[in-house]
Amino acid sequence: MAMQDLIIEYIKDEYLEEDDEVGLDTPLISSGIVDSFSMVSLKTFLENKYNISIPDEKAAPEAFDTVRKIIDLVHEFNPDAE
Amino acid sequence: MAYSEKVRSAYKELIDGIRNDGLFKEERYIHSEQGIEIKVEFPAGSEPRDVLNFCANNYLGLSSHPDVVKAAHEGLDTRGYGMSSVRFICGTQDIHRELEEKLTAFLETEDTVLFASCLDANAGLFEAVLSADDVMIADRLVHASVVDGMRLCPAKHDTFKHSNMEHLEKKLQEHQDARYRMIITDGVFSMDGDMAKLDVICDLADKYDAMVVVDDSHATGFIGKRGKGTHEHCGVLGRVDAITTTLGKALGGASGGCVSGRSELVEMCRQRARPYLFSNTMAPVVVAAANKVLDIITATTERRDKLEASTKYWREGLESAGFDLKAGDTPIVPVMLYNAKLAQDMARDLFDEGIYVIGFFFPVVAKGQARIRTQISAAHEKEHLDKALEAFTKIGAKYDILGKSKDDIIAKYGL
Repeated sequence: MAMQDLIIEYIKDEYLEEDDEVGLDTPLISSGIVDSFSMVSLKTFLENKYNISIPDEKAAPEAFDTVRKIIDLVHEFNPDAE
Repeated sequence: MAYSEKVRSAYKELIDGIRNDGLFKEERYIHSEQGIEIKVEFPAGSEPRDVLNFCANNYLGLSSHPDVVKAAHEGLDTRGYGMSSVRFICGTQDIHRELEEKLTAFLETEDTVLFASCLDANAGLFEAVLSADDVMIADRLVHASVVDGMRLCPAKHDTFKHSNMEHLEKKLQEHQDARYRMIITDGVFSMDGDMAKLDVICDLADKYDAMVVVDDSHATGFIGKRGKGTHEHCGVLGRVDAITTTLGKALGGASGGCVSGRSELVEMCRQRARPYLFSNTMAPVVVAAANKVLDIITATTERRDKLEASTKYWREGLESAGFDLKAGDTPIVPVMLYNAKLAQDMARDLFDEGIYVIGFFFPVVAKGQARIRTQISAAHEKEHLDKALEAFTKIGAKYDILGKSKDDIIAKYGL
């Protein structure tokens, strides 16, 4: 599964209710869909899945606000991740 | 650095931003004691007006109860005003010990330690009992002070979807490698008024070897047949490892909080909880009054029984008028409006009708979940409830939302 689909699937499963939809540019944290305190499980998921370590200073809520930004963040630490 | 004009204007800009975002909070000055019939100056500078209070946490109507006020006077006369000390130097009186013992007996726990507030109890507990080898797993709608307490603790943290027991179970399975697992939840959730499924939570805790911590601030004194709290209501007395709760709501409403639970956890708080170690003791006058409150609620369930009946009457009244309510059976009854401006406009119009309620919207609640949160008290009489129902019906009709579903309201006013 492509990274985009995998991340969307995780977000839907972890944070959303059944009828909620999320796209590449759906605001997640600034819209209140994901609260910054609960974001930690997404960070752990990305670190385990893509074998990276995201330092705290890079793990600001803004960096996780859309799926597109999350993909950019993963690529910053693992350019080959797909 | 001096407080230069540059610094001043930066802060002013921030405050303007809060105002422009519609998030600026204003105080309303009350010119009377706390109760149902209060005098409120709003907006600031206007003549105070008589309104009925439907937004206090005064669930048992004890905030200004004559017996409680009398006990406070006696406490002031016999134990003085302040202690000028933290608890462990020279800030513990016999009445502090008495209150801790009464809370332990009432909550049916092993031991209790007082804090200056429940916010302090939540700030102190987790750091005092957990380390980096442990994990805290919290419901996503826990109170802000629980979140703050978890942030102060070196243990890992994770969250589960609100009251979603399958999701909690999945998280417990994922964290089996941690030394200790701690499930953290509110007993009654303050914004929605719903209750945690503590029976299921305690079963999962047994199955996956986890501790259970409950913030029962919106339950202690009135939830459960004897008012002991959510653990009584859910039939898990003795199975919750630590309860944090407040004396600032149903139990007289002045201030103070506690951690009550397993004796070792409570002792760890006495030894290590920073808000206990480095903050002043609860004032004797508040402790004396709280002791009286515990006597009142231990002697009779009359007040919580009346609260239960009034809540049912209020909820049924709003429902038959056609309002869309959050389901539940606690004295927190949210009238759902979804749109932030609609919630603010209706709260303002209700104030003009003599009913004091507040509209809540993002970020206090999730976006698109704006509501007016009403709170019932044992001090509400039937005529208070009837007057408020009449006002709600009038204003609901004005905005044409009576009998309308969530989708209808959103279609009319947007999110």
